[in-house]
Amino acid sequence: MLRFLARRLALAVPTLILASMIIFALQQLLPGDVATALTGEERDPQVIAFIREKYHLDEPLPVRYGYWAGGVLRGDLGDSIRLQKPVSELIVEKLPVTLELACLAMLVALAIGVPMGVLSAVKRGQTADTVANGIALWGLSVPNFWLGILLILLFSVELGWLPASGYVSPFESLSENLAAMVMPAFVLGNAIAAVMMRHTRAAMLGVLGSDYVRTARAKGVSPLRVTLRHALPNAAIPIITLGALEFGQLLSGAVLTEQVFSVPGFGKLMVDAVFNRDFATVQGVVICTAATYIALNLAADLLSAAVNPKLRRA
Amino acid sequence: MTKPLLDVRDLAVAFDTDGGAVHAVNGVSYTLREGETLGIVGESGSGKSVHVLAMLGLIPRPPGRITGGQVLFEGRDLLALKERELQKIRGGAIGFVFQDPMSSLNPGMTVAAQIVEPLRIHLGLDARGARARAKDLLDLVRIPNAAARLDQYPHEFSGGQRQRVMIAIGLSCRPKLLIADEATTALDVTVQAEIVALVQELKRELGMAIIWITHDLGVVAGISDTVQVMYAGRILERGPVDDIFADPRNAYTLGLLRSLPDLSGSRAGRRRLHQIEGAPPDMRHLPPGDPFAPRNAFATPRCRAEMPPLSQAHGAAPGHLVAAWYDLPKLLAAEAVR
Repeated sequence: MLRFLARRLALAVPTLILASMIIFALQQLLPGDVATALTGEERDPQVIAFIREKYHLDEPLPVRYGYWAGGVLRGDLGDSIRLQKPVSELIVEKLPVTLELACLAMLVALAIGVPMGVLSAVKRGQTADTVANGIALWGLSVPNFWLGILLILLFSVELGWLPASGYVSPFESLSENLAAMVMPAFVLGNAIAAVMMRHTRAAMLGVLGSDYVRTARAKGVSPLRVTLRHALPNAAIPIITLGALEFGQLLSGAVLTEQVFSVPGFGKLMVDAVFNRDFATVQGVVICTAATYIALNLAADLLSAAVNPKLRRA
Repeated sequence: MTKPLLDVRDLAVAFDTDGGAVHAVNGVSYTLREGETLGIVGESGSGKSVHVLAMLGLIPRPPGRITGGQVLFEGRDLLALKERELQKIRGGAIGFVFQDPMSSLNPGMTVAAQIVEPLRIHLGLDARGARARAKDLLDLVRIPNAAARLDQYPHEFSGGQRQRVMIAIGLSCRPKLLIADEATTALDVTVQAEIVALVQELKRELGMAIIWITHDLGVVAGISDTVQVMYAGRILERGPVDDIFADPRNAYTLGLLRSLPDLSGSRAGRRRLHQIEGAPPDMRHLPPGDPFAPRNAFATPRCRAEMPPLSQAHGAAPGHLVAAWYDLPKLLAAEAVR
């Protein structure tokens, strides 16, 4: 198990380097740089030249990458030129918000998607299956921002139960924090729940038709225990993998949903940074997201290994 | 005569498909005494596996459905029981050993967890007692170093050992009836022989009745008291094992026997391996008469029109039943003269 972990961690290093190079190079394709963005309408050539020199923008690309990568290795992600703040500070500020939203959304997705998928597989071809599939299709088809707006209309404007927008730190008031997060979490989780349901159903159908499920039934095991103890763990691997990927997606920021509910998370930070050519921030956020993705994939593999003993030796 | 352990009466099973109902089992009737070993032989699709799975509610429903009959086990009709009551019988009084030990054990559970389950459900043992019995069961099926292997997973066992584990599970609650469905088919020949020997030994120790389902006549000869030949969801012949082998009365049984390779060694005895011409019938549209008639060189016009009843064969040992309008020994004698 330790060797497995060490090997996977060693593999993560080149992946991260490659990701950082790609994002660094891709940004150069955008017209304009931070100097033009900062000077605004006036475009004073002297000011632009000054800014370019100060931030090494006049150096060749590999050199600039070198500066930046060297900083990252020392734990310095650079400064946001626009906000005049270290990028790491920005990330530390926004990450907990996105992390909380992602966790809550994932919770919603798992709580809805997995039981519904299991139910529809067990009741294949029956009414429950049709209803579950209908709900999933709905969940997949409804655009996030539209569902968000409708929820705000219902729960905030009409009923006045929940705040329409804003964010309160859970350390200030947990109840207010949850009240603010429940709608965005539901909107995000809803779409994932639909995918989750479909995958759970497919995986469960495969497993329920397997010989060892028949063996379990032939032993006199009750249908509930057959489903939960014999079938579900064996169907869990695709669900775990999908969950990790979706979670990674959530962590890189839910741009539209954060916008609709004015949640100050990664998505908003990233969008603002791109529009302002605030490359240091973009790079910092991307490298952070990439690292999270890798960590999540590793976690998913470890979890799969825990569920499936055969994988432990691989 | 005492009451039979298992009394199957006119059992019929069908599967609904897009192309119409597939009539997998068509009126199968037989009885099994306590302690008797019944070998059921037939090719794929003969209904040999499906009919035992159906008796215990183990076929997927839908698309499967039981279209008629009764199955009395110790006097109770299994087909009339609720799922909950069937659960008490499955794995308890009736144990199962399935084909392909690679896929029939749960890859995600330790062997101990899988053996312990029926012990806790049917015998009500506590965790410790069940574990101790699980170890005894692994000893019983001759798995060396049983205590250490309890916490291993199926993929850590060889094919033959997995089948031994399956047998341990099937026997765990001291069943009155053990149903072995192609239990040796997925194993190589030497391992097959070991498993057959093991089951015979365990039968002497435990005295349960066995239904041994296979397409391998050789295995049947070694293990059964009675043989039953099935084709297209019907029993075509049934009787004491020696009599069936020495004096087959149905052309299909004869075909199966002739398909066995002759390893007697004498050069003169060697011949090309026999093969039964044609293919099994379409189970959606069964012919009106004997289902084997289209492939049978001895078939009479009556065979094609009317299904012969399963009845005592003339001049054969008592209990040797055959479904045939023709008289096979007479036809064979005539053929030999020519």
